[in-house]
Amino acid sequence: MNYQIDNKGFYGEFGGAYIPELLRKNIDELENAYLDILESEDFKSEYARLLDNYVGRPTPLTFATNLSAKYQTQIYLKREDLNHTGAHKINNTIGQILLAKHLGKKRIIAETGAGQHGVATATVCALFGLECVVHMGALDVERQAPNVARMQMLGATVIPATSGNQTLKDATNEAIRDWIANPHSFYLIGSVVGPHPYPDMVSRLQSIISEEIKEQLVKEQDKQNPDCVIACVGGGSNAAGAFYHFLDEKEVDLIAVEAAGKGIDTSETAATITIGTTGFIHGSKTLLMQDDDGQIIEPYSISAGLDYPGVGPIHAHLAKTGRVKYISATDEDALKAAKVLALNEGIIPALESAHALAALDKIQFKKDEVIVVIVSGRGDKDMETYMNNL
Amino acid sequence: MNRIDSLFQNKNQDILSIYFPAGYPNLNDTVPNLELLQKAGVDMVEIGIPFSDPLADGSAIQAAAKKSLDNGMKLRLLFEQLKSVRKTVSMPLILMGYWNTIYCYGLENFLKDCQTVGIDGLIVPDLPLEEFELHYKSEFEKYGIYNILLACPETEENRLQKLISATQGFLYLVSSSATTGGSLKVNEKQQSYFDRIKQIETPSLIGFGINNKESFKYTCEYANGAIVGTAFIKALKNNKAEGFISELR
Ligand SMILES: Cc1ncc(COP(=O)(O)O)c(C=O)c1O
Repeated sequence: MNYQIDNKGFYGEFGGAYIPELLRKNIDELENAYLDILESEDFKSEYARLLDNYVGRPTPLTFATNLSAKYQTQIYLKREDLNHTGAHKINNTIGQILLAKHLGKKRIIAETGAGQHGVATATVCALFGLECVVHMGALDVERQAPNVARMQMLGATVIPATSGNQTLKDATNEAIRDWIANPHSFYLIGSVVGPHPYPDMVSRLQSIISEEIKEQLVKEQDKQNPDCVIACVGGGSNAAGAFYHFLDEKEVDLIAVEAAGKGIDTSETAATITIGTTGFIHGSKTLLMQDDDGQIIEPYSISAGLDYPGVGPIHAHLAKTGRVKYISATDEDALKAAKVLALNEGIIPALESAHALAALDKIQFKKDEVIVVIVSGRGDKDMETYMNNL
Repeated sequence: MNRIDSLFQNKNQDILSIYFPAGYPNLNDTVPNLELLQKAGVDMVEIGIPFSDPLADGSAIQAAAKKSLDNGMKLRLLFEQLKSVRKTVSMPLILMGYWNTIYCYGLENFLKDCQTVGIDGLIVPDLPLEEFELHYKSEFEKYGIYNILLACPETEENRLQKLISATQGFLYLVSSSATTGGSLKVNEKQQSYFDRIKQIETPSLIGFGINNKESFKYTCEYANGAIVGTAFIKALKNNKAEGFISELR
């Protein structure tokens, strides 16, 4: 089975570039250039240098002593929370900003949900002296105020998206519209979503996560492959990066956790793969939450970064082929898991990452199995939600 | 013969095409709006299929689409409303919508229903030409429905030639790099694009940002006519649709 993108930009039946003609030139430009750039020695060495001495990679693979004792197995945490700016998002923005620079772009557009991708984009724009415009749902602007302040301090302009549910989907619509109106800008997408080549490009840039896990496990366990890797899925970028180098390693169980919100049998959920059907959103064919008239349903999750009605096409494909198991965790599960991690390991995870941690209660492990959970980000931005709910 | 072809055969300048969303401002206004437009002497109409996430449209059309959806508009209901439209409306009718809604309805059913009620063509901005030609062209042909393609200022010459030869009925020329609802600003780059499209021999209409008599007249010099959307929707909302059309001309 092939889990990689084909030469037309599809993962099986999913993916492609369903974009208005207005974006054709931009997408063609990117598609024609991205692989050559990503594979060039110049890019590779600059990317590696920045990940090392700016982002602070490699991030630790922490053995979670107390959690392991609690669950009677061996649990490792991949510490993306320790990256500069506090989440995995910067792995991607460093790569894309180098690409943008290569293409001679001067103005950067981004969408953001929790604000982590917005902060990571504002950060690299400051570093490279590029103009930065971040679209963020008006509701998210409210619930993630600290990240709005960070973006502004970094010199970015934050534009609240006031259409629809005023969350990530709407911010993405506005970012794409901005790109249509400003075709010489670079659109720096924050997850493995959007038209080809974005899903593949972002997967490659996040694949550093699984590359490091392999190297680190050899030192810890004398083997490259864990028994199981668990990651949360909003658009799916940290999961795509965490699974990337294990996709063809059949003995590794891959588990992705979606946000169930108040429950997958309620109307307040964001569990796209669990309840979604095939359709088209933000330029790609994938699974999405829609009604029987093809109108996109507004998702809900306590976590702003998982509050998205679509999912990257790679995940639609991995779900369909059965390579990855998709489960979901409710708001309540996530809050509980965050508390467990804080009290047992001294780590406050992002609410998004707490969904991955919640899987530990949902899966039966054998004794001495090696489990890697991706802590995609830290919880500073979510303190208000935690204080109100714990 | 497809009504779009007849229109362009009989008339090659100052063609006025109007866009409005189905079920707007009130659910059952679709057909009365069409009758009003025909009476006012409009040459063609694009009926918008409301979609929750219209990427190529600006905030005014998104808001109108939302109103229409809140009114209870659905694709099935639209075909129901249009069942007898050909008894009173003879101008070419186009449906404009996003691919997800059509895909969800089922393309074959959709095209069949278009044919039954007398739709002449479709504008689906997020269905790329390559995808259309590879998978769907023969189905469109089977039901005699035209697929109308868009070009824009960023479109390069070889791509433009490809779009010109692939489009059916006419080529939709987007006036500027923008979503719908702006207002036409003519600068140097714009002018060179307009000079370029003036050479196009295939029937063509200019749309996006045309909002008054002045911009209508101006764009008509470079194409066979123009398409007015957002400005008409505003007039509809203010109950001034008829007056708006007569002022445009
Ligand atoms: C910490 C963190 N984890 C996960 C996500 C979800 O994104 P993705 O599914 O692309 O990894 C976000 C998004 O904002 C995030 O901030």
